[in-house]
Amino acid sequence: MMDLQALYQEVILDHNNAPRNHHAMDCATCEARGVNPLCGDKLSVYLLLKKDVIEDVSFLGEGCAISQASASLMTEALKGKTTTEAQALFKAFQTLLTEEGAKPDASLGKLAIFEGVRTFPARVKCATLASHAFEAALNKDTTPVTTE
Amino acid sequence: MSQHLIDKQVVDLNELREAFPILHQEVNGHPLVYLDSAATAQKPRAVVEAITNYYEQDNANVHRGVHALSVRATKHYEAVREQVRAYIGAQSTKECVFVRSTTEAINLVAQSFVRPRLQAGDEVLITNLEHHANIVPWQLICEATGAKLNYVSMNELGEISLEDFEAKLSNKTKFVSISHASNAIGTINPIHAMVKAAHDKGIPVMVDGAQAVAHMKVDVADLGCDFYAFSAHKMFGPTGVGVLWGREAYLDEMTPYQGGGEMIAEVTMEKTTYAELPHKFEAGTPNIAGVIGFGAAINFLNSLDGVAISAYETTLYGYAKEMLDAVPGFRVIGEASVKLPILSLVHDKIHAHDVGTILDSQGIALRSGHHCAMPLMQFFGVPATTRLSIAFYNTREEINRAIEGLHEVNRMFGQ
Repeated sequence: MMDLQALYQEVILDHNNAPRNHHAMDCATCEARGVNPLCGDKLSVYLLLKKDVIEDVSFLGEGCAISQASASLMTEALKGKTTTEAQALFKAFQTLLTEEGAKPDASLGKLAIFEGVRTFPARVKCATLASHAFEAALNKDTTPVTTE
Repeated sequence: MSQHLIDKQVVDLNELREAFPILHQEVNGHPLVYLDSAATAQKPRAVVEAITNYYEQDNANVHRGVHALSVRATKHYEAVREQVRAYIGAQSTKECVFVRSTTEAINLVAQSFVRPRLQAGDEVLITNLEHHANIVPWQLICEATGAKLNYVSMNELGEISLEDFEAKLSNKTKFVSISHASNAIGTINPIHAMVKAAHDKGIPVMVDGAQAVAHMKVDVADLGCDFYAFSAHKMFGPTGVGVLWGREAYLDEMTPYQGGGEMIAEVTMEKTTYAELPHKFEAGTPNIAGVIGFGAAINFLNSLDGVAISAYETTLYGYAKEMLDAVPGFRVIGEASVKLPILSLVHDKIHAHDVGTILDSQGIALRSGHHCAMPLMQFFGVPATTRLSIAFYNTREEINRAIEGLHEVNRMFGQ
């Protein structure tokens, strides 16, 4: 059953309205682009790595509330994490959104609120775009990520 | 719009809706409101039954058997070609080629008619409001030949500039392809004037009728164009069937787009002679059931009072527009003076996909996105729109439900 309240929670609307870390980064050590051709969601993501720690993180983009809020919350979650922790976070997030019955992993923190997106199959791609883009940035993958 | 006027124009709306089984269901706990007919129209029971009957009683391959079923299937299949001919005012069934879709029809003309005529430096002219099916096939052949694809501009209302069109028809222009009406914003183009201007310079014209055929009587002789393409599924028929109409002289000189069975006269190991028109463009076993379902759709459309239907759609569109103008935050993109009952909406702060999801939760189906018309979206500077497309089976109550849904979107986003 669709639960709109679970999809458009206060936190998601807040991050959509006032996205955190929403700027380009001149000194980024890795960056990547993500596009969702079906909707036209677009993201550019930036990471500043010092050894294997993500010291700073930001994004720019346009799209629906779900894509923007997930990018914003993802930047907060990634800051200070090691690359290994970040990879585990992407995996935990993508599992939560795509695997039937998956429960949020403790490491997800606030990102756990996206669990509700799973009941809206048409919107899963909006929610996962940022994690795929950050993953590509971390892997130094220069081809734009697409969700198709 | 007064209630009186609307009620006066209700053309047995209940009876009409009864003919469409799919409309009578609940979606997400609410009665379905289907406002996405520009993507694909719903099918009347008669179409579904014609397809079922064909498979239960007549199924056989066409044009190749001597047995009774094959003869029957061929007869029904070819009878639909005659229905199509009469429906669009073509001179001969030879000019009516069954294809998969509007898209395939455009690709056929691009590859078989236009491409051999193009040299480096030549131009193909389309408009700024085309959907991808009337852009990409031309990009492909222009890339392959070194020709240039040129676009006619439009004004803020989403109307094509005839002046710009005439200015861009040069002695380099080898072909013009224009949509009869825009899928994304509904603009109906001045086809007569455009065809005349192009023909004055000896340039052939293709018209993409995918959207127009569902809403108006199309007469290819009256339009004066050289090719006309459309799809059955937008006119209440099945998916997977389209028609390319073309002038016989042009179709005659074209080489086939695809080779295979059904399109040949004689095949030896060295050479093949092609079948007569239109079969030379129908390689392989066609979508026989789809074509037969399409015949039922044409019968259905012929049974309606076109003038009353059109008046009803216009009234409903006017009502929807008036109601939409009163919803804070939303504005309509594309307000051409002559247009189809399509409303493309944008909100300054809320993305079309969020609008679409919230309305879907209330059982309201409409399209959110770029409508496969990304250059058009760029022109208006928006990434996506929410599109309400109206058909004759829609009601004023359904429009009210959609409007209430938009208010709910505003409430949810604190607007």
